[in-house]
Amino acid sequence: MNRLAIIGFIIVFIFIIVALCAPWIATYDVGATNLSLRYIPPSAAHWFGTDSTGRDIFSRVVFGARISLEVGIVVVAVSAFVGTIIGAIAGYYGGWLDRILSGYLFNVFLAFPGLLLAIALVAFLGAGLNKLIFALCIIGWVGYARLIRAQVLKVREYDFVQAARALGAGDFRILLRHILPNAVQPLIVQASLGMAGAVLSEASLSFLGLGVPPPAPSWGVMIEEARDLSTLQAAPHALIFPGLAIALTVLAFNFIGDGLREYLDPRQRRP
Amino acid sequence: MKYKLFGVLRRAGFLVLVVWTVVSLVTLLIELVPGDPATAVLGDQATPEQLAQFRAKHGLDRPAFFFGFPHDENGRRRFRWYGLDNRYDDYWVAILHGDLGSSFRTDRPVIDLILERYPATIELAIAAMIIAVSIAIPLGVIAGTHRGTWLDNVVSVFALIGISLPSFVIGPMLVYVFAVKLGWLAPSGRFDVTDIILPAVTLGAALSAILTRMVRSSVIEEMNEGYVRTARAKGLSERTVVYKHVLKNGLIPVVTVLGLQLGILLAGAIITEKIFGWPGLGLLLVEDGIAKRDYSIVQGCVLAISTTYILANTLTDVVYGWLDPRIRVA
Repeated sequence: MNRLAIIGFIIVFIFIIVALCAPWIATYDVGATNLSLRYIPPSAAHWFGTDSTGRDIFSRVVFGARISLEVGIVVVAVSAFVGTIIGAIAGYYGGWLDRILSGYLFNVFLAFPGLLLAIALVAFLGAGLNKLIFALCIIGWVGYARLIRAQVLKVREYDFVQAARALGAGDFRILLRHILPNAVQPLIVQASLGMAGAVLSEASLSFLGLGVPPPAPSWGVMIEEARDLSTLQAAPHALIFPGLAIALTVLAFNFIGDGLREYLDPRQRRP
Repeated sequence: MKYKLFGVLRRAGFLVLVVWTVVSLVTLLIELVPGDPATAVLGDQATPEQLAQFRAKHGLDRPAFFFGFPHDENGRRRFRWYGLDNRYDDYWVAILHGDLGSSFRTDRPVIDLILERYPATIELAIAAMIIAVSIAIPLGVIAGTHRGTWLDNVVSVFALIGISLPSFVIGPMLVYVFAVKLGWLAPSGRFDVTDIILPAVTLGAALSAILTRMVRSSVIEEMNEGYVRTARAKGLSERTVVYKHVLKNGLIPVVTVLGLQLGILLAGAIITEKIFGWPGLGLLLVEDGIAKRDYSIVQGCVLAISTTYILANTLTDVVYGWLDPRIRVA
């Protein structure tokens, strides 16, 4: 396993611990404003400093991990589940069903900029965490579906599947017990990259004001609040720390995804 | 020849299908607006007459689709067929006449607003691409020809940072350094020629990182080819070998990615335009459309951005197949 993937695992481990134990790690109340404490640079009392309303940035970054983790896990789980079912149906049954699903539906979703679709959905549905998760699932499932379809097409022809069929196993049993277990590895790679994508998309939409509404400590919201010129001038750290948190998390999941892919398929190793 | 024609027809057919889906989505999504668009735009204070007038003006009082399930006298939902008298049909007829409706708030035709903002977005996307390419090619070549040295590592780290830092982090950081601290460039707007620099760098950063990696691995791959040995053996300088021979072949995969990325840049421009107040389609969508709940602008912008994206991708496929007949799609 390569070194970057191990670094990725360590960062993700820290990220999960921070998200789960946020109330114990955070040093201040995330919502507590105090105008006499605005724009304090990083110090012993406020590790990451304070923002334009005197809120402790360290505590907000810590709680922000929770939102990111929640969105990431739900989006990846739902997209992978839905994508696996649709992909398996398309690949296993083939024929006109496959032509509609993979020939039309998959390609239409892939031909359309994902972020724009998510923005459009949230714009019409209204902002909010659940709607954001829904929008990200709508754009997320197709990647899994395409992957699983390709895997199913490959595995379907193997002898052990033919053998299972000859023994009288039904379609559902063959799919669940024989085909899907062989498609799990690429699914894990895709899920890891999907976590990176979901964390990034959540921050992007929240930054645009379409995700978690302020004052929730979403990293995207924090960056949006930190970027007006007076805050930028007085407290650049209000931008840097949530920015670093997003970058590290996204990077870590990408490291894991790339590392696993190389590990599982040595042909794809970087020259 | 017959085969080729079939391929072109199939591609055109798919294009029509995708655009049809997008139009259907933007027309039907408006039904999902909580409450209804009239109340969302006019607010709770509006009188029933005002609401009715607004709905009539924008056709919102008419059925959304060919059929629906309205409540009957007993309050139960019943299937009802409306025929051609519906907004979905209207929208199509209007689009084919180049009409995207009018803004819910200012009454200006949406098509005018889009045409006004379109050049700024294209300008930004192209500038971002130029910046990305002019960073990526030298860096990628340096890393590829110095594989495994500290130079290669520095470039790789740079590329990694470029890929992992989202534009809404890079953008404000650039504003901090070049506008707030150094005072060299304006933090936002589109008034001066230099105003495009920061947005273009922000939008192009991720692309330049991706391209750097591609050029690097492409150069490494080509350096092992036989023709490189031949070129060296006949006494050409290393410089000529790399820039005249290796790069020419190594850039083929890069060109495809570039084309596909033009579409991604157009979509990604939404965030960059918001950061820098760059008056393009993205800003129109976010500030005039979404923030003011002007849904006809949202519809128009989504349609315009996605159609451009889809066309850019199709064009790339065609051009690529034309450049390299081996990969022509049958």
